[in-house]
Amino acid sequence: MKYALFPGCTVLGRGRNYEMSTRAVARVLGIEFVDLDDFECCGFPLKSVHYDTYYIMAARNILTAEEEGLDICTLCSACTGSLTEVNKHLNENFDEKAKLIAQFKKQGIEFRMGRGIRVKHLVKILYEEIGTKKIEGYIKKKLSNLTFAPHYGCHYLKPSDIYEPAEDPENPKSLDELIAVTGAKVVNYSEKLKCCGAGILAINEDTAYSLTRPKLKELSDNSVDAIVLMCPFCSVMYDDNQKKIEQKFQEQYNLPVLYYPQTLGLAMGLEPKVLGLQMNRVSTKALLEKIK
Amino acid sequence: MNEIDPKFKYEVAQEPGGEKIKLCFACGICTASCPVREIDERYNPRKIIRMILLGMKRRVLENDFIWFCSSCYACTERCPQGVRFTDVMNAIKNLAVKEGYVPNAYIQQIGLLRQFGRLYEIDEFDNNKRAAMGLPKVAKAKGFTRRIMEITGIDRIIQRKNEK
Repeated sequence: MKYALFPGCTVLGRGRNYEMSTRAVARVLGIEFVDLDDFECCGFPLKSVHYDTYYIMAARNILTAEEEGLDICTLCSACTGSLTEVNKHLNENFDEKAKLIAQFKKQGIEFRMGRGIRVKHLVKILYEEIGTKKIEGYIKKKLSNLTFAPHYGCHYLKPSDIYEPAEDPENPKSLDELIAVTGAKVVNYSEKLKCCGAGILAINEDTAYSLTRPKLKELSDNSVDAIVLMCPFCSVMYDDNQKKIEQKFQEQYNLPVLYYPQTLGLAMGLEPKVLGLQMNRVSTKALLEKIK
Repeated sequence: MNEIDPKFKYEVAQEPGGEKIKLCFACGICTASCPVREIDERYNPRKIIRMILLGMKRRVLENDFIWFCSSCYACTERCPQGVRFTDVMNAIKNLAVKEGYVPNAYIQQIGLLRQFGRLYEIDEFDNNKRAAMGLPKVAKAKGFTRRIMEITGIDRIIQRKNEK
């Protein structure tokens, strides 16, 4: 199983713990990652500003992977959304793809016309390609003492019609089941499907943090051990900015935030340090104590 | 009434993402599903759609609130008419940019992307840290993003804002 790893801007800039745990878990499962030097931003930040620029940026990354004969594994849900949407369009419109390749050629950027690739989020690869049954075989240390709240975020699920197969965005199961396989308890909660607010952080901090708050508030009351997620921008909101949000609303959450591969890694018996847990902003000490 | 531009909805429908705008029958599930609306009543998807269909071009494009969509797609998933309001908002924002309304946050991001090919610069210092953690070196971007921006003319569009 081999993929071109597309970490995306936010993971490279602010999510080394996500990248470390991803690579560590992949090594155990036998997923091979190829790092392509030519990958740049997926284009998502420009979708709302200039659609053509967004589209061409995404397409160039896709064609770069196709040139190497590789499918793409994404880590960020926003990258997943952009690359999946444009990839679907390219795969369904070969004439346009050929035109785009011709335009790149004029610029001295050469791509061969291929049959298309697939783009998949890491968690979807774990769930759909490897499967919980097989993952169960790698669990060495059941996390039975821990209770987690899954956070799916938005672009991992939506818009659902760009994904194949699509998951029901009103009742998603993949992350719940992947957490359950570690032996941990999974809670259902009323704010489960809410947006983290990251999409408007740069436009208006107050509104963005007001979107982040309800989930933190509900889960701090429920005494779960951590929120488990798989998007670096969601993590920026819940983990990196949790202190700020506590101050802003004069509330205490103290809610650890784990990336899914960190959670899985712990259950595989990997060292917290190898999974980058020392880099998580909200201390994970208490939950690590519980599984000692 | 001079402010009304009855052709505005066609203009929106021609932008990528705006194609389905005319299908709206005003049920309001977009507004009911919107997490931003829950926090700030000034952002109201159904109202924005009515304003577009009525041709209130200036008032839509000038409005700071069009930038408040968090792009969560909750409305898009629930819309019984397939309007894809998240995509409509992108179409509207693209039109606003053409008219010279671009929030500074985006101008900053465009600057970073042009310079580094990413929203963050990964320099020697970062690469040393990465090496210490056993992560592979991140190569300096080769400028593909900058070249794409030059070709699509996004710089010229942003410039227009500065002239305003």
